Amino acid sequence: MPKNTAPVAYDSKIEGNVTFTKLDAAINWMRSNSLWPMPMGLACCGIELMATGASRFDISRFGMEVMRFSPRQSDVMIVAGTVTYKMALAVKRIYDQMAEPKWVIAMGACASSGGMYRSYAVLQGIDQLLPVDVYISGCPPRPEALLEGLMKLQKKIETEQSFVEQKKALLSELS
Amino acid sequence: MNSNEAADTLGVKFEHSIISTVNFRNEISIEIKLEQSFEILSYCKEKLDFDYLVDITAVDNLGNEPRYEVVYEIYSYQHGYHLRLKTGVTESEREAISVVDLWPTANWHEREAYDMLGITFKGHPDMRRILMWEGYPYYPLRKDFPLAGKTSEMPDVAFSEPVPLNGGPFVTSPCSASTDKREPRSREFIS
Repeated sequence: MPKNTAPVAYDSKIEGNVTFTKLDAAINWMRSNSLWPMPMGLACCGIELMATGASRFDISRFGMEVMRFSPRQSDVMIVAGTVTYKMALAVKRIYDQMAEPKWVIAMGACASSGGMYRSYAVLQGIDQLLPVDVYISGCPPRPEALLEGLMKLQKKIETEQSFVEQKKALLSELS
Repeated sequence: MNSNEAADTLGVKFEHSIISTVNFRNEISIEIKLEQSFEILSYCKEKLDFDYLVDITAVDNLGNEPRYEVVYEIYSYQHGYHLRLKTGVTESEREAISVVDLWPTANWHEREAYDMLGITFKGHPDMRRILMWEGYPYYPLRKDFPLAGKTSEMPDVAFSEPVPLNGGPFVTSPCSASTDKREPRSREFIS
């Protein structure tokens, strides 16, 4: 620090570039606008998921275009399609490999409830294994529906209070 | 040659191994004895030019003897004709004879028949499940397996549970009534 400056001073160089906000609001703003999806395309919903990622629907308007095929780089797993029992634990293992914070979207009837497959081979909803944040109806849902679901997820993330909760947990630990 | 002539040739050559021949709308189904099934299929391939094995499937006729039936659909690209060969497999033996040596594509068809109905194929190089996971304890296409499935548990591999059918399965019945009468409904409401 130069000798003649006061510890707190008005600096015209950064005027207009400083915003006061709550930490949680800032965290949520950053998280919700750069959701990196993990595409878990298991059936025909996966085709609609691909269409969502293509130019016509322009998923990058919402900052979600960075589909990663590595769970370690992803925030939101989009379970698109029929989850068979044979695949179920593999889906869970991939989910477990994702770093926190993470969210799950059940895209379409099959991922939400087993859909039309009341069958010996099909898991009746991925929510039996993973905590699902958003369910999207449809068989398969159109890309607009998936975008709506992702926007609903953004709204949900904006209400999260991760920092406040962390502070609460710390205080209760100290007391 | 056409399928009729091929069937006739088989009928003459394997008179004692053929149980019945049925012609339904120009599709010929020949029921053959299990012991000679490889021999007959081998003759079909080598001498009658059936160069393409369309499918192998199996049927569970619960309550009848023999309980299972293995069905071979064979086709000749060379001459454009088709035959269906069936052979009975008894409940106690549950073993048919593999034709992988004739048509390599039989490998996966036979594995599927094994996976779904539990029929093994003698001489198959790799008799494993193909659709369900290794270690699944049931054969789900058997008639005595419930539609809803059964509980199974293999830690770290897979689990399964019966599904809620809620009155289902919902089936249609053929009739000329209006759409609201024809729509799929539970069997207990079908009069």
